Amino acid sequence: MRAVRFIAINVFRESVRDKVLYNLVLFAIMLMAVSFLLGQLTAGQDVKIIKDLGLAAIAIFGLFIATFIGIGLVSKEVERRSIYSLLSKPIRRQEFILGKYLGLVLTLAVNVAAMTAAYYAVLAYMAWKAGGNFLPGWEAPALDPMLLKAVAMIFLQLMIVTAIALLFSTFSSPALATALTLALYVVGHFNADLKNFDAVVTSRPAAFLAKTLYYTLPNLSPFDVKAQVVHAVPVPVGYLLFNTAYALIYISALLTAATVIFIRRDFK
Amino acid sequence: MPAIATEGLTKDFAIGFWRRRPYRALDGLTLSVEQGEVFGFLGPNGAGKTTTLKLLLQLIFPTAGRAEILGKPAGDVEVKRRIGYLPESPYFYDYLTAEELLTYFAGLTGYDRRERTRRVASLLDEVGIGAERRLQLRKFSKGMLQRVGIAQAILNDPEVVFLDEPMSGLDPLGRREVRNLILRLRERGCTVFFSSHVLADAEALCSRVAILAGGRLVATGRMSDIQAFQVRGWELVVGNLAGPALEKYRSRIQRVTPIADDRFALELAQESPPDGLLRDLIAEGARLVSLNPVRHTLEDYFVEQVQKQAHSRMDDGVKESR
Repeated sequence: MRAVRFIAINVFRESVRDKVLYNLVLFAIMLMAVSFLLGQLTAGQDVKIIKDLGLAAIAIFGLFIATFIGIGLVSKEVERRSIYSLLSKPIRRQEFILGKYLGLVLTLAVNVAAMTAAYYAVLAYMAWKAGGNFLPGWEAPALDPMLLKAVAMIFLQLMIVTAIALLFSTFSSPALATALTLALYVVGHFNADLKNFDAVVTSRPAAFLAKTLYYTLPNLSPFDVKAQVVHAVPVPVGYLLFNTAYALIYISALLTAATVIFIRRDFK
Repeated sequence: MPAIATEGLTKDFAIGFWRRRPYRALDGLTLSVEQGEVFGFLGPNGAGKTTTLKLLLQLIFPTAGRAEILGKPAGDVEVKRRIGYLPESPYFYDYLTAEELLTYFAGLTGYDRRERTRRVASLLDEVGIGAERRLQLRKFSKGMLQRVGIAQAILNDPEVVFLDEPMSGLDPLGRREVRNLILRLRERGCTVFFSSHVLADAEALCSRVAILAGGRLVATGRMSDIQAFQVRGWELVVGNLAGPALEKYRSRIQRVTPIADDRFALELAQESPPDGLLRDLIAEGARLVSLNPVRHTLEDYFVEQVQKQAHSRMDDGVKESR
């Protein structure tokens, strides 16, 4: 685990040095600008809109980091041949994969935490300007701790996307890996439609294929609880735990596949 | 126990986009390197030197055969703890400083914080990186990167060190420093296995060499024992000699090339040592300008071997098509 820790810290350091954290500034500016504009335009809906928009922005910014850095985790090392000296050190290839993954998860965690802090700061400002934390018509307080449930689900989703990007980067080119990762992210949000596909088709092979795809492809839509938390619809803890278990199992499967491919790979 | 042993080590790469076909980069390499040796692995570009090194480091996997380092299979983590490797034209994380890179690698090697700091500082001194150690590697020249590469290769005080073209990209001073470093490693009892296509490097450093051409081992042994590099004749340059005087000795000379009015370059066969002729010419009043043994250069040898390989492959192809 020692090697994993060192590799993970190095990934985090690379993101910091490559100025990935600059996106946080962009996020904060965007959020403040939108809140200012909404304050001018809407009556009573501004907090709900900013809550929704803020969560969506955390997800999108996180998605870009997870995808674009995730696909570079392995492919950049191979392309630039830095992997030669790294793998000649006393480390196992599986430690390399795990270290790279955890390093990016750490980067994402810092990013998501900072974005959430900025998000709450903007909401606090709006509540202060409106003269209270809970006004009629808001459905939930401005500084609602339940928003953290949505943030946690976004983070789990990003952990899955990172694992997908890492898997693709072990065997395909960066461009293809990016396309495949983003495609799977989109597919993952519509995956639930495949579950009941047998009700609308008569062909048994098609229904079987749909079911197989449903269980194989990532199922990301259950992680989207933005609407519920914004409109104060309860999100049970059991639901969150089930999602967490699903994410961890799916990530383990992806990392296992990435490792199996990587430990057999020739670095020409 | 040899430091490095390979048996029938073979590597095929698949080439072609649509109809993939195997290309044999290394063909049945059997080799043994003793502990404490400086072993030169010579060959032209594309001979299979880097492929062999990558197989020994298990950066690629063999199609057939096996490789052992210090009695254990290549790629074993315990083996990697005892070896060092400098890749050809190394690239390192350019967002790190030299100090950070070595500290990172020292951490992966298993040194504690205090030991990491101590080792990194002394290694950077050893390879001659001073104040630049706190600069990001993206600002380093090729020669400086090579020094960092050498430092990381010997970071763990290795028993066996693999250097892939360690002199490439270095200026004459840098080359001399690397040569001295290799000699220091030998004094410490470290086995050095280095690849090169420069004969002079091998002559200056190696106890033994292996020569690879077209993926096949074509010779191995001490430089002086390798037939191709033995003396094949002599070139004698004499001055103050009149042409008619030379005619008397014409039968003992393979070829005469006039350089100036009274100066000639004389080529002598291997079996006729120059001592007697030289004595006779001096008795005629001639003056010795230079006397050099004629050898195959490594380049000549490579060309010859590559041509042979190409012929033998064509022959194999003809046999297969029959």
